[in-house]
Parts: sequence; C-alpha cells; structure tokens
Amino acid sequence: MIERIREEARQRFGDVGFPTTHDEDWRFTSVAAIARTAFVPATETETGQEACSAGVEICKLSEAPRELIEAHLARYASYQSNPFVALNTANFQDGLLVRIAKGAVVEEPIRLAFESSANGKPTAAHPRILILAGADSHATIIEGYTGNGGHYFTNPVTEIVAGDHAVIDHYKLQTEGAHAFHVATLQIQLGRDTNFRSHSLSFGGTLVRNDVNAVLSQGCECTLNGLYLVGGEQHIDNHTSIDHAKPHAASHELYKGILEGHSSAVFNGKILVRKDAQKTDAKQTNKNLVLSEDAVINTKPELQILADDVRCTHGATIGQLDREAIFYLQSRGIGLADARNLLIYAFARDIVDRIKVEPLRERLEEILLEKLHGSRN
Amino acid sequence: MSLLEIKNLHAMVAGREILKGIDLSINAGEVHAIMGPNGSGKSTLAQVLSGRDLYQVTAGEVVYDGKDLLEMSPEDRAREGIFMAFQYPVEIPGVSNLYFLKAALNAVRKHQGLSDLDAMDFLALVKERMALMEMDQSLLNRAVNTGFSGGEKKRNEIFQMAVLEPKLAILDETDSGLDIDALKIVANGVNALRSPARAMIVVTHYQRLLNYIVPDFVHVLAEGRIVKSGGKELALELEESGYVGIEGEAA
Repeated sequence: MIERIREEARQRFGDVGFPTTHDEDWRFTSVAAIARTAFVPATETETGQEACSAGVEICKLSEAPRELIEAHLARYASYQSNPFVALNTANFQDGLLVRIAKGAVVEEPIRLAFESSANGKPTAAHPRILILAGADSHATIIEGYTGNGGHYFTNPVTEIVAGDHAVIDHYKLQTEGAHAFHVATLQIQLGRDTNFRSHSLSFGGTLVRNDVNAVLSQGCECTLNGLYLVGGEQHIDNHTSIDHAKPHAASHELYKGILEGHSSAVFNGKILVRKDAQKTDAKQTNKNLVLSEDAVINTKPELQILADDVRCTHGATIGQLDREAIFYLQSRGIGLADARNLLIYAFARDIVDRIKVEPLRERLEEILLEKLHGSRN
Repeated sequence: MSLLEIKNLHAMVAGREILKGIDLSINAGEVHAIMGPNGSGKSTLAQVLSGRDLYQVTAGEVVYDGKDLLEMSPEDRAREGIFMAFQYPVEIPGVSNLYFLKAALNAVRKHQGLSDLDAMDFLALVKERMALMEMDQSLLNRAVNTGFSGGEKKRNEIFQMAVLEPKLAILDETDSGLDIDALKIVANGVNALRSPARAMIVVTHYQRLLNYIVPDFVHVLAEGRIVKSGGKELALELEESGYVGIEGEAA
C-alpha cells in the first residue's frame, strides 16, 4: 500500500520537480538552493516522543493497521499539487501514526521532537506524521523541529484528521539551525463541530516555508496563529489555506512577524468559501514589525468567496517601532535597547498569550529574549 | 547653586527656530509656571528639557544639578531625576502599566546604586500612590494608557511621577482636556508631591490650573522668549488682560 503511494509520489515529483518562482505559490520564495544541493538521506534524524498518556497510541507507520493507512495516509496532503509533499511521500523513511481514542481527554501534551544533524555532507530528512483524533477527543500536540549548525534539509508533512466534536490544539515550534532548509506542510481535515487551533512558531533556518491547510466541516471553529522572528539573511514563507466547505464554520487567523537585518518574509492567506458554506465567519490578520531598512515583507490575502451570506474580513499591516513610545519609555528611565525590546516583545505578546501549554510559553519567552538581546549585541 | 540653570537656550524643529534665547533659573523647592499663547514655545521648552530628539538645540546651555543636561540621553535625564508629564501620554499596547512602572523604577534605582525593589514593597508603594491619585487598581494590569480616557491618562502621568519621585518635574499642559473634578485630583496629587527637595515647572495655557497648583513664580513666554516674570499675581493679571497686552509690552 505505502509502496504504491510512494511510487505515485515519486513519479509526480519526477514530472514536476522543484517549484520555481514562476509558480504563483512560490513567487517570492526561491528553493533553488535546495534544488542544487546533493543531499544524502539523513540516517540520524532522531524521532522521539515521550511516554504516552492514556487514550493515545503512537506507532510507526510501517507497524500501523493496514486499513488506517489505506483510509488516511496521503489522502489529505496532496502530492499532486505540492512538490515538497510529493518529495516527502516518495522519501519518508518511517513515519509516525498518532491515534487519540474516541472521547479521550488527554491532559498531557503529546510531544513529537525531530532533531537533525548534518556533519560533512548535507542531509535530507522527510518526517511524516499522521494524527487521527477520534470523535469527541481533546488533545494537544506539540511538534518540535531543531538541529545543529550543519547544512541539512527537513521536509516534514503532518496530516491531522479530527473527528466530529474533537478539540485539538496543535503547536509547531521550529528552531532549526542557522543553515537549515525547512519546508513543512500541515494538512488539517476537520470533522463536524470541531474546534482546532494551530500555532506555528518559526525562528530558525535560513530558508523556511510553512504550508498550513485546513478543510472545515459544518460548525467548525478553526484558529490559525503564527509568529515568526527572522534576522540576518533568513527567509520565511507562511502560506495558509482555509477551505470553508460547509456552512456555519468560523475561522480566525492571526500571523505576526518580526523582521530584522536583511531578512525577508512572505505571508499568503488563502480563504475559500464554497457555495454551500453560508454563514461562514472568516477573519484574517497579518501584522509585521520591520526593524531594519533592509528587511522585506510580501503579504497577500487571497479570498475566494462563492457563497453570499458570509462575513469575511482581512487586514495586513507593516509597521516600525513607534518612536513616540520609545521616547516615552526612555523618558521614564528605561534604556533605549530595553525600550525597543519591550516594544518588540509587546508586539508578539498576544500570540504568546494564546499559548496554553505553560512550559512551551516559557520556552517561547526565552527564545524571544535570546533573539532580541542577541541581535543587538 | 540652582537646580536648573537655563542660559540663552535656542532650539529649532524642522528648520524653524522656536526657542530664541531662554534664560531661567530654578531652585529646589520652587514651583515655576510657564504661560503663554499657543506657539510661544512652552511645550518645546518642556520637550527640550526632557531630551526629545525632534528638537535641535542650536545655542545656549542647560545645567542641571551641576551637570550638562544637553549632553545626557533621555533615559539618563530620567535616572538623574527629571520627569516630564506628557501633554499627550503615549499608548503602549502589550505592556502592562505595572511592568512598565517596575522597569522604570528599577532603572532609576539601579542608576542610584540601589537594588531592585522587592515585589511586595513595590506593590505597596504603587497602591499607596494610586490611592493618592484616586485611581482604580485595575489600571495596573491594563496596557500603558491603552484605552484610558483623557483624564485617566493625565492621572496616570502624575501617578508615575509619584512613584518615581523626581527632583525636577515638568508638567506639560497637564490641565488640557481635564474637567474640573479631574483637574482637582491631578492638582491634589501634584501638591502632595511638593517638597523642599523638588522643583516643578508647570506649563499651562490657562490660569485655571494655577488656582489649584499655586506657583512661586510665573513666566510668560512669547515668540520663544520669556517676556515677563513675576509672582503668582502675574497669572491673575494675564487672566484679566490676556496675552495681547504682554506681547505688546515685549515688542
């Protein structure tokens, strides 16, 4: 079964190859640096997860029940439309299946940690995760991606299928090494009346692309939050897509970015409201704080609305630190560097506050402080 | 030696000269009111003293507590005991009033060689000073000035001053936009902070504030110069004759 899918994906990637900036979806993100690197498969990509709570089962895809693989694997993340999904599907070594039992209320977050290391030759890893959350289940999943300072490429694909009435929080913390390429797809398939929240937190890597795609059923509430902080020569591209396929669903999207140095960022937020999806309520916001004159941001909403009784709003801002606010803080004795950091932190604050897992929130605060202080020394 | 000595101060903004030679000497314990019509340079003087970089000092000198004030960064001026209550306090979303005050107070204390105030002592101080300004404690957890009414913002300024205990307080049109009740609360707060060790500069367009904060000296500013100085009775004189007479006198 897996072999047939792999073969199809391999063929697909063979046909289309890496995207170029002539492809609309990749217009501002060149992956030429990935395409021209001869990667060897990563053998040491560590895949770890902590001991499971009751109601959660984690196993390798190769050991997973055949009927689940047939029903779900590669059914959602399209290797036809996204070349990197094809690349992952053709090449993943062994992925993970996470099953959350019907009705299970899982208090402890499910942690999936991926650590890459490259020494000498550039390596490529294609982590693959399938998460099946049963109806009425409640769970929190944290995916962490990190690695050393070598040249490596991480290309994860995660598919999440949430059963009716499930309440799922998904966090992705990306702190890859300085020379890493990271191209990730999170594909979310939501059942009726589900409540799903994604938090995409991106800090590391030199070239990063995140695709988050959600398909909503009737009565869903879907929240996509994102925070990115980049500096130096880093490039980060967040593409989100929300497919309102059925009526009475709500989506809230807030992505915030902080750019320093010569960094560049892309935000592209697609919202599709299908003809049947009446009473859709969709809100999209992308805010960027640009701290240097050399940083570049491209932000674009992409709304396609085919139903007539809906509410869809979107907004994007690109701003700098408020000089008045800096002076106000200075006039009370707070030094210039501290004043700037306080304001940058304040900008990120509403995303940080939405993180309900306390150790993760603390980790995020640490990362922000490290980055903010590091960049000014 | 006076606390603040301003000599022949000239300053410009956007290529236009606003201050055209200010001379002013202020001793500890004194309250000086600076009055004048719109555009006379009152607020510019306040801003220049607080270190606002929009303004360029082109001539003159300012000695504060024996130091060259114009050489100091805004934060160092604050740490050395200068406090300006803003005419338009700035909203800072995402930074709580409490966090802000703690950062400010500890920055000032550090400069004075003192350790950070512990959390309990800090909270006790803050609550005491809030009561003085008749402010609701819920404002502590709200973002700095964000969504505050005009009166709340001005009270928040004086509250900050009460916590930071400056040597020289500059009130930049603190009365503007206040109704009489709010004005009385602000004035009460300011009066409670009057002390022999502290000087105040009260910049105002109207005499009304000076009924509640009674100054030791009144200076009238017109076209970037102090054209008349006197005691508190000068404010009353202005109330009756307006600025027109004074400007005429100067010319």
